[in-house]
Amino acid sequence: MGENLSKEINLNIKEFKIDLLKNGGDPGVLIPLLQSAQDSYGYVPEKVINYISEFAEIPAAEIYGVVTFYSQFRLKPLGKYIVKVCEGTACHVNGAKSIVNMLLNELGIGVGETSDDGMFSLLSVACLGCCSLAPVIMINEETFGSLTPDKVRKVLKKYRQK
Amino acid sequence: MVEVKVGLGTCGISAGGYTVFDELKIEKDKNNIDFELKETGCMGMCYREVLVEINDEKGKWLYAEVDKARVKKIVEDHLISGKPIEEWLVKTGKNENEDPFFEKQKRIVLRNCGEIDPNSIDEYLEKDGYSAIQKVINDDSPEDVIKVITDSGLRGRGGGGFPTGLKWKFTSEAQGDKKYVICNADEGDPGAFMDRSVLEGDPHSVIEGMMIAAFAIGAEYGYIYVRAEYPKAIERLRTALGQATEKGYIGEGIFGSKINFNIKIKEGAGAFVCGEETALIASIEGKRGIPRVRPPFPAVKGLWGKPTNINNVETFGNVPWIILNGAAAFASMGTEKSKGTKVFALAGKIKKSGLAEVPMGMTINEVVFEIGGGIKDGGKFKAVQMGGPSGGCIPASMGDIKIDYDEITKTGAIMGSGGMVVLDETTCMVDLAKFFLTFTQNESCGKCTFCRIGTKRMLEILEKITLGKGEEKDLDLLEELSYKIKDNSLCGLGQTAPNPVLTTLKYYREEYEAHIRDKQCPAHSCAALIEYKVIPDKCTGCTLCARNCPVDAIEGSVKEIHKIDPEKCIKCSLCFQACKFDAIEKI
Ligand SMILES: Cc1cc2nc3c(=O)[nH]c(=O)nc-3n(C[C@H](O)[C@H](O)[C@H](O)COP(=O)(O)O)c2cc1C
Ligand code: SF4
Ligand code: SF4
Ligand code: FES
Ligand code: FES
Repeated sequence: MGENLSKEINLNIKEFKIDLLKNGGDPGVLIPLLQSAQDSYGYVPEKVINYISEFAEIPAAEIYGVVTFYSQFRLKPLGKYIVKVCEGTACHVNGAKSIVNMLLNELGIGVGETSDDGMFSLLSVACLGCCSLAPVIMINEETFGSLTPDKVRKVLKKYRQK
Repeated sequence: MVEVKVGLGTCGISAGGYTVFDELKIEKDKNNIDFELKETGCMGMCYREVLVEINDEKGKWLYAEVDKARVKKIVEDHLISGKPIEEWLVKTGKNENEDPFFEKQKRIVLRNCGEIDPNSIDEYLEKDGYSAIQKVINDDSPEDVIKVITDSGLRGRGGGGFPTGLKWKFTSEAQGDKKYVICNADEGDPGAFMDRSVLEGDPHSVIEGMMIAAFAIGAEYGYIYVRAEYPKAIERLRTALGQATEKGYIGEGIFGSKINFNIKIKEGAGAFVCGEETALIASIEGKRGIPRVRPPFPAVKGLWGKPTNINNVETFGNVPWIILNGAAAFASMGTEKSKGTKVFALAGKIKKSGLAEVPMGMTINEVVFEIGGGIKDGGKFKAVQMGGPSGGCIPASMGDIKIDYDEITKTGAIMGSGGMVVLDETTCMVDLAKFFLTFTQNESCGKCTFCRIGTKRMLEILEKITLGKGEEKDLDLLEELSYKIKDNSLCGLGQTAPNPVLTTLKYYREEYEAHIRDKQCPAHSCAALIEYKVIPDKCTGCTLCARNCPVDAIEGSVKEIHKIDPEKCIKCSLCFQACKFDAIEKI
């Protein structure tokens, strides 16, 4: 972090500053600012929160309130591969439970946790929008559908070898 | 020229659409053939992705389940030698609607989805795009527009079913120096993907619908609030907005008038409650998405305190069509109080899972069996779940019910935004109720005591029941809590959260009772109430189950009948799924 971080944040802030001015102090920039921070760092570092607070004159407590309200924001970095397992309705009735069980078993971590080697994080989500392929998981940007526990194992193997 | 289109909605992409697209490009260049290769959105037949349509002088040919290997053959046989490959075809050039999946549909909102390239404003223009907004600017007054929408009978497709014309009227009459139009594209109901498909397949029609609303109510600013989990929809919306701005359709003095209209995209950040109007507004304002008391309604006091009109994606998608075809044409479809069509996302245990737009008034059975092809894997139709966490289950025995706001509300479910999850006998209704309660409990914003704590208590009771520890009095308690939560919650989330429990209690009480009295799960789904057992006659001793068991609960050596130790078994179901001989049963 350190210098690099503040430099990059500066860039983002600059962009949003224009936005801010245009809207006459539109407080609506907070969420886009946080989204942009998370895009850059993979999570919202504490430092960023303090930075935004100072610059946008929003109390840090309020920013934490927003960060923890929305499930998109994370206060801790995630693993190299983010495994999102869908537990939405369509996946639920198509056997998502056994997919979750296989993931727990294979990754050796719980939902919401990151493996010690920093390789995998396991998240549960409520619909990836491709219900016709249920049950579905997503690893980073790639989607895998019509899964069985066995297929899950094969997919993970591929990622381990990457 | 011959057109080749690849369905590249999220599900097409997930199924490998871009690989097929790239392969087509390679083959095209390699063989030096002259055809136009295009992207398109969701064609609706998500269950047979990847879909490729060839459009030549003879007609439309739709290929299903295309992969890299099939591309080569399709190019060689169909595009080079002119010999279509019958066995891979869904549409065989002759009749566009020959597959029953399409035959019964009526596409208004989806009129361009899977037809045009969503990245091309010119293709939208060819389909009469942006002519509805020009028509109203040139010929109509705002009151005329509101009258047409009112006469059409269009009701909000976001779930509530509020008459759209009336909503516009309220906002148009409200006083304010600034007014806003917001498109609700938060689509948080798990198992629903209608709005995503419309945005990905035909973003301009939603933008045009918003423009017409803006004209009618006198708004100069628009927002599209879209789920961050829909990156493709956001990308195509941005492209579409860029193109419309470049052409001068959006901005200052649109279409030579004195009217200004600008649209911004706001990405949601993952909170279901932000689909509620006042929470959505709070979220755009950069705050936590917590609903507030209404009135004042957003029509009077909305975004930044100004009059604001919020409609759903599908609602806006209908608007240009109504303007061009007239209120009567729209009102001629449907039932007395539910006009036009409704888009459904068919999912769950259904054979043809995908996107279907049907005229209101069609029965649930027609949707499930004639369009959806019935239940997959030879299962038996048990119920449909409509309206997601705010809705409920309609049992198969009531399959003759019509798709109509009021008819569906009478069952205890709601029309909802269009998620239709089909259930078969393997779904446990208690577990399903628990599933939805887990969701709403998680997503409650916490403002109202009953929504925050009441749903938690309900969830605890449901958990107890699925663990086989339920008591007789729990069912009454569930009902009592349900009504208290409904009556004492501020917003729709809390007010409807008990619906999944109430409808399953109403139609499947005996399933609850079996869990409580007999400690049995009739659907063999609740882990605590079942036992996994090897059927000796069927077991071949292949050892697969033992290798899959995470806790070494299965004993047996090669070619010997295996045995599961119930003491060790954690009921993860992995052996059951792994066995290729159906030799493991749940009892
Ligand atoms: C908890 C909750 C979630 C909602 N989610 C959505 C949603 O994802 N999309 C939507 O269009 N409407 C949603 N609604 C309904 C909206 O509040 C609102 O009624 C709708 O967007 C109005 O548009 P319409 O009249 O065109 O349907 C939700 C309501 C509640 C209470
Ligand atoms: S009903 Fe629930 S979600 Fe709605 S405002 Fe109250 S606590 Fe929040
Ligand atoms: S997987 Fe099935 S057939 Fe193979 S040993 Fe286990 S029970 Fe027997
Ligand atoms: S429910 Fe899993 S992708 Fe929609
Ligand atoms: S998204 Fe692929 S056909 Fe529906």
